[in-house]
Amino acid sequence: MDALKATTSKNPIVRFLNMNTSGQTSGRSLPLWRQLLLQALCLAIFASVMFPIMYIVTLSFSSKTTRPSSLELIPKEISFIAYQQVLDKPTGNPVTFAELLKNSVVLSVGVGLAALLIAVTAAYAFSRLKFKLREVLMILVFIPLLMPAVGLSTPLYLLLNQIQVKECSKEVVAIQPFTACEGGAKGKLLFNLRDSLLGVGIAMTATALPFAVWNLKGYLDTIPKELEEAAAIDGADTNQTFWRIVIPLAAPQLAVTFFLGFIGHWQEFVTTWLFLSQPKDYTLAMTLYNMTGQYANSVPWNRFAAMAVIIALPVAVVYIGLQKQIVGGLTTGGVKG
Amino acid sequence: MAIAKPSSRKVQWKKASLPYLYLLPAFLIMGVITFYPLIYQVIISFTNFDTKHLLLGLESPELKFIGLKNYIDIFTAALPVENFNFFRVLEFNFWWALSNVMLHVPVGVLIATLLNTEGLWLKRIYRAIYILPVVVPPLVVATVWTNIFDERYGAMNQLLANISTYFGQAGPIYIRWFEDVKPPIPGFLPGAPLTLAYYAMMIANFWLGWPFMSVVATGALQSIPKDLYEAASIDGATGGQQFWNITVPLLRPAMIPAAVYGFTLSFNLFNFVFFMTGGGPARSTELLVTFAYNLVRNLRWYGVAASFAVIIFGVAMIVFLITNRITRATQDYPEA
Repeated sequence: MDALKATTSKNPIVRFLNMNTSGQTSGRSLPLWRQLLLQALCLAIFASVMFPIMYIVTLSFSSKTTRPSSLELIPKEISFIAYQQVLDKPTGNPVTFAELLKNSVVLSVGVGLAALLIAVTAAYAFSRLKFKLREVLMILVFIPLLMPAVGLSTPLYLLLNQIQVKECSKEVVAIQPFTACEGGAKGKLLFNLRDSLLGVGIAMTATALPFAVWNLKGYLDTIPKELEEAAAIDGADTNQTFWRIVIPLAAPQLAVTFFLGFIGHWQEFVTTWLFLSQPKDYTLAMTLYNMTGQYANSVPWNRFAAMAVIIALPVAVVYIGLQKQIVGGLTTGGVKG
Repeated sequence: MAIAKPSSRKVQWKKASLPYLYLLPAFLIMGVITFYPLIYQVIISFTNFDTKHLLLGLESPELKFIGLKNYIDIFTAALPVENFNFFRVLEFNFWWALSNVMLHVPVGVLIATLLNTEGLWLKRIYRAIYILPVVVPPLVVATVWTNIFDERYGAMNQLLANISTYFGQAGPIYIRWFEDVKPPIPGFLPGAPLTLAYYAMMIANFWLGWPFMSVVATGALQSIPKDLYEAASIDGATGGQQFWNITVPLLRPAMIPAAVYGFTLSFNLFNFVFFMTGGGPARSTELLVTFAYNLVRNLRWYGVAASFAVIIFGVAMIVFLITNRITRATQDYPEA
């Protein structure tokens, strides 16, 4: 029983949800008055947790764009008009919901995947291989983790902003800073790396990559070495061990790392809001902020609430999916088999 | 069994260089997009870089190296920004993170203990519901709470109005959560006045923060052997004594890293401040990260922003060194 518990999961959230809650370990039962007292306490906490959630859900099901003047926590009406409007025309700009969604997905999936693929070999080297500069290089990877994302985005903003494609005259294109227009002409700006999804993706990867290396190394450290040692005795070299043993063993955690990256970048705001200026590049998170931002008095509140629910839902769903992933991955795990 | 002969030099060199080959992709890319920008940041922190140097960068003819002026300006509050004092912001930032963790950890532990009570009905449902704040993205949490604290239509003032009718005081309540400059408890934190906005943010972050601590505490509680409690109750220990002498000491190894994690998270909690207060009123709720963002995004003083980021890095380094002594988070992988 204990052994089973120990292998259930590393993730505290998953452990939390899968705990043995039957209370049958010993026959003690709670006296009724105490049970009721604790139930009252639990219900009070329940109410406080549900308060903002019910508030926003109720608002999202309203057909009125104004907020109610007294507290409403249970929907009086179920109207999907706000959801419909958000999906139809999310902002005042001519940008569709599908485009906003695409931008969010491209950024979060792209950055999550790029960081994972680049990080995995480095994580393996730090976890398993012995070499001279190991300590120094590990500290080097760790240093950027100390810098908050805002701190690293300043120089990236400036550097990426210097890479621009310009049309000097017809069919003459200059790529700064490598080539410039003749005679110092300014030319027409075609593309600014800073003001593009690609540029933002690069900036986000800059912070995601050291984190992915560190996170994956931490996980690889916990994989038992027996299988690799057995492979080495059978004559496998480092490369074969890595591709045939370590990658399959780590696959569930690779998926988890990817999904955690996805969740983090799905709602990324700092870098996108700093870098992007064109409405066609906006993400869902930026749109949500834009809805409450400057013109707060004319905000269609039911649409704002619907947008908040729409952004929150995929993350909540991924969390549930994530949980199955981890549990499934670990029950088919290697060493016992 | 094709084991290479160790005498062969070529094979040996190949073996020695293999780890670096594995590191190559990550370091190549980090070199360009992480390390180089960090160095670049240090260089421009000594310049007067602003919008007119955007295109040419370091090659701009008008770009001047001004030594430590940016740093001195930040520390001596000489920046032409209203209500900015670096040391007050720093003090508030530390207090903000500390006060959050001091609240979240005990409450998280208590609620986890409550849910761990044997024979409690509906445990599973409570656990599933209590985890919801962890699952909702902080960006959404921040925007929703901003709305809740709205002066006229916010759910918080409406809730308070509902409660006050039970005490015989009818009528709406208009508390200006984010605008009121007068601290409700004067002199609570010397040097950095805590406005109502701070308390509003504390409430919102409390909602977000304790469930995570509760999740961690529940995991640790499950690993405490039940016999300990049985032995203690045979010896006549009360519930309270059991809690202080068994639960608390055995939870400590799990809760301290969680508290450190929570501290760092709150220390750089950009979303809440940015969405709820924007650092106001009168910059009383400004954090280092939000001010840094303000410098880049709104004021566009890139040179000053770079110096500020370097300072933030220094602060983060100090915080890390302190917390690392507590957790020893970077313990090396034990070689077999």
